[in-house]
Amino acid sequence: MIPTRKEWMEALEERHGIALQQKFSGATVAVCGLGGLGSHIATTLARAGVGTLILIDYDRVDITNLHRQQYKADQIGKYKTDAMAEILKEIAPYTEVKLMTGKITRNNCAAFLAGADVVCEAFDRAEEKAMLTDCVMELLSDSYLVAASGMAGIGTPNSIRTRSVAKRFYLCGDEESDVDDVGSLIAPRVMLCAAHQALTTLRILAGEFD
Amino acid sequence: MVKVNGENVNIAGKTVAEYLATTAYDSKRIAVERNGEIVPKSQYDSCILNEDDVIEVVSFVGGG
Repeated sequence: MIPTRKEWMEALEERHGIALQQKFSGATVAVCGLGGLGSHIATTLARAGVGTLILIDYDRVDITNLHRQQYKADQIGKYKTDAMAEILKEIAPYTEVKLMTGKITRNNCAAFLAGADVVCEAFDRAEEKAMLTDCVMELLSDSYLVAASGMAGIGTPNSIRTRSVAKRFYLCGDEESDVDDVGSLIAPRVMLCAAHQALTTLRILAGEFD
Repeated sequence: MVKVNGENVNIAGKTVAEYLATTAYDSKRIAVERNGEIVPKSQYDSCILNEDDVIEVVSFVGGG
């Protein structure tokens, strides 16, 4: 049986403390790209009790995604936004989810990301990462950006890190391992980077900016 | 001198676009941070680098 909303909130408050949980519950986070990074960021933030998630992806679940993304075999062919909404309904039923099935561009990003306290960049391609960084920094002056660069291959976990690049802009990853060079994406290394992004997001919401 | 990714470079007076044109950076895959703030791409042509500016060019790599 699914717990009531009240029971759910009490459990979160027991683990996080009331003050911190209020910050998470009141927050809106956008996850741009629901692949190896974004599917883990979204589930982690939902478990943590972030109140509203804006989930953005244009793609469908493919069999080659399943080795590192949260989706299930019977979700192949579904839009990732719809598939992630199903998963979140099971994991954290009281999370408010806004689905945007489409491509983020410079023209639509302000509308797609409106109201986001934090934007998580979880795209595949370097050009898309740079484009989103440019848009958030220039057009969304109240939002923080937590981006990722460099988590491909089977390199050491200890090179994945988080740093503040500029005001409102954090970057996670080793900043070197390019999937086009190393040719592979290994689930736990991608998940590590996603965990860095999720934790950095929660730290921003908590007011921890160091 | 302007400090670029930790190294002194003699580019004070140039725009960000003029500096990038002398490098191998692909402007579609980078972000440029100047004195703690990101320079929007729309300002690369107009943003002039000053003496003692501290710049970082962040190069994104693929995968996610």
